[in-house]
Amino acid sequence: MMKLTEFERAMLDGAHGAAKARAMDLLVRYGEALGAERLVETGNVAGTWSVSNPVLRDFAKRGMDAVFSEFNLDSDEIVETPQAETLTCQLIQGIDPRSPEMRAAAGDASDLQNAGEAFFGKRGVAMMSTCTPYQVGNVPVMGEHCAWMESSAVIYCNGVLGARTNTEGRESTGAASITRRIPYWGYHIPENRRGTHLIEIDTEVDDIRDWGLLGYWVGDLVQEDIPVFTGARERPSLIKLKHFGAAAASSGGVEMYHIPGVTPEARDVEQAFGGRKSKATFRFGAAERRATWEKLNAGAKSNDIDFVMLGCPHNSIDQVRHVARLIEGRKVSTSSALWVFTPRAIKDVADRSGYTEIIEAAGGRVYVDTCPAISRLMPKGTKTVATDSAKQAHYLPAITGVQCWFGGVAECVDAAVTGRFAGVAP
Amino acid sequence: MTLANDKIILRGRKVVGGVAEGEALVTTDTISGWGGIDPRTGAVIETRHELRGQSFKDKVLVFPGAKGSSGWSHYFHLARLSGAAPKAMVFNVMTTKVALGAVVTRAPAVTDLDRDPLEVIATGDWVRVDGDAGTVEIIKKGGR
Repeated sequence: MMKLTEFERAMLDGAHGAAKARAMDLLVRYGEALGAERLVETGNVAGTWSVSNPVLRDFAKRGMDAVFSEFNLDSDEIVETPQAETLTCQLIQGIDPRSPEMRAAAGDASDLQNAGEAFFGKRGVAMMSTCTPYQVGNVPVMGEHCAWMESSAVIYCNGVLGARTNTEGRESTGAASITRRIPYWGYHIPENRRGTHLIEIDTEVDDIRDWGLLGYWVGDLVQEDIPVFTGARERPSLIKLKHFGAAAASSGGVEMYHIPGVTPEARDVEQAFGGRKSKATFRFGAAERRATWEKLNAGAKSNDIDFVMLGCPHNSIDQVRHVARLIEGRKVSTSSALWVFTPRAIKDVADRSGYTEIIEAAGGRVYVDTCPAISRLMPKGTKTVATDSAKQAHYLPAITGVQCWFGGVAECVDAAVTGRFAGVAP
Repeated sequence: MTLANDKIILRGRKVVGGVAEGEALVTTDTISGWGGIDPRTGAVIETRHELRGQSFKDKVLVFPGAKGSSGWSHYFHLARLSGAAPKAMVFNVMTTKVALGAVVTRAPAVTDLDRDPLEVIATGDWVRVDGDAGTVEIIKKGGR
């Protein structure tokens, strides 16, 4: 049995209302499944309260409290949704309700998403609506206990920021938001954050494509373990680490890593391992980089590109600008489409800065709040996609049945202009 | 592990309580929830997965553990509501994804077994999972 504080026991017993009792019941079942000894206090929750998923549509007819009870608390009893007790933000959602064509394609899911936002927003869920809350103001500090969903955000939170979260789910973040509690297990415990494998980078790892390839390769290799990297020839930026982490959390379940001298919990290799012995050493050379590219692109046959998707995880402002510069003065092919995805807060900056206008003038689109893997919305008749995201290339074929090319940003923009993917293996 | 007549018994610990039995579906590949399964049918949809196209509905799912998106629990939760959930789960590697997923699937689940269930259990074996006792009883295919 998990040890509960007096306050936690009172919540479980219903002294603080039915919703908190159901939330504590879920947290206790979950904590015991994990083998956790206790809960820990958290002041930062990132989860999803979205009702736009097609599967939830019918369920939402019973009302938002029913959705919350079932999907955010795993409660059979319908309870009234209380106010969030801590900073809580909504992750990526099903559609971009600002886009007329997406609204039309999504049908009543659009209205449902808006209704859900209005309902849960008023109850304290900040509608950031992005897979990258750390790009729009939710930046936890080192050591902060968080309860985050979204594998690409979790690995960023742990690896890059040094805050502490496990990969939570919809039900556990729902419960955490109204109780300020999450099981003290896994990455909340300092000893569990030390490195397990040494990875020697022995080739050029330069742009986001290369960092994506490194991440996709290492995730497959170490699965849930904690790689420690040496040999990076330059200091990676936010966007490179974002793409790296998203890839490593797709091919495997990597939630934590160290790049000594770059990430905050490792001054050097010795501190990264913290006395733990490396299970194995692996080398990422030119051959591994090439083989990973080939693996990601193995399912793509036709070079005719119907759709180019950029912005998984959601693009930063400099990435939106980069796309604008690459496409300026050119036109997206009539046989293709170019969609760029970014958080709504960043799109406002892109609008003000003129980047959106450039992309739209070329025939591209800038969308917010969602992505094709979540919304399942793509240009009509799409058979073959090109993307700069290893994560999207991993998931999109499985979810939607399309073929998908993975390449660099410039290769993808060129594909949108010519209608042909001409990217080459590194 | 003990052998009683033609029955193999593995001992581990409870993840989710309850008792269920059924035919085993075994994979040595980790499983993704969101993007890895179709919650309406229980079929695995991941492109290069060895179970691609096969459904775990009403089976005892024996697998190494969970990977991928944090939508794991939500998708297994949806599978339960669609009636497409596995009858029980037996797995090796504990993660928050698989723990929460098993909890909301509400099917008996065990882990930390005294022998690797992926080696002992084959697809088609008859398996009885006692979540509360933390045991897995196996009757090999053809042994019954």
